[in-house]
Amino acid sequence: MTYSYYKNMQLNNIIFVYQGEVTADLVSSILQMIENKLEGEGEDRKVKKRVFNVMVECLQNVYHHLDALPPTDPSNPIKDKTALLMIGREEKDYYIITGNHVLNDRIPDLKSRLDRINRATKEELKQLYQEVLTSGGFSEKGTAGLGMIDIARKSGQRLGYDFHPVNDRYSFFSLEARISRIVDK
Amino acid sequence: MEALRIESTHKTPRVILDPENGIFEFSGRSIPEDSVGFYLPILDWLEKYAQQPLPQTHVRFDLEYFNTSSSKNILEVLKRLEAIHTAGHEVRVTWYYDEDDEDMEETGQDYQALLNLPIELAVKVQS
Repeated sequence: MTYSYYKNMQLNNIIFVYQGEVTADLVSSILQMIENKLEGEGEDRKVKKRVFNVMVECLQNVYHHLDALPPTDPSNPIKDKTALLMIGREEKDYYIITGNHVLNDRIPDLKSRLDRINRATKEELKQLYQEVLTSGGFSEKGTAGLGMIDIARKSGQRLGYDFHPVNDRYSFFSLEARISRIVDK
Repeated sequence: MEALRIESTHKTPRVILDPENGIFEFSGRSIPEDSVGFYLPILDWLEKYAQQPLPQTHVRFDLEYFNTSSSKNILEVLKRLEAIHTAGHEVRVTWYYDEDDEDMEETGQDYQALLNLPIELAVKVQS
């Protein structure tokens, strides 16, 4: 059993995976650990910074926006605020995957935002970022609505996403961001 | 008016707002979950400073990383400085970035585009 987990992770180039409750302390610890790892392995400084930046946004996104399943929900037998966080390193890319529950009501809005971001050119993303930066204030969660735009800008690649239906109220939302390890000098 | 000094942590920058010499500094990283809470006293301080600023204020941003909710707060900081500048006082902002850090350079350009405030982009000398 353990060996098959190990082989599977190795096969998928996973360098970090976490499933469980997401707290501010946990986010800090993961960031610190991955930063040390990148540092220790002599990754290019620019790549390292991008990975770190995207990781901050992805993890804080989950921390702020996951919709916790009520503990009594039958599809949530274990715990309340759980999520999946995963980081992988392939030959050409780092990838960061997050997975968390969202209320089905939020899907249309999320989906249209992600599609808009994925359709945008580099220049359009810059404009969109400036637009959102200057418009309005913070959401009730203290977030600025800039996270995904910033992730897309730093990634330079399309964001992968999926909504997996869990029950009539919730779906499992996964988001994948890739950062190229190849540096254009 | 008293200086505001905040020491850096692994999630928040070092902040020095010194009304004696008019040299302000933000350095390190700004990635707190609650960026509003962190920046609120800074914005309040600047609000007061704006009532009686020195003839010259120089603000150094020397940031390594920041998250998007900080970026909105930094814009608010810059807006306070813009108001001082617009009121006819000299305000100079220097935005430092590592030579290979296009992202930080671009962020500086974003702020330049959005504000009526002299923001100079400067390559950080490698330590």
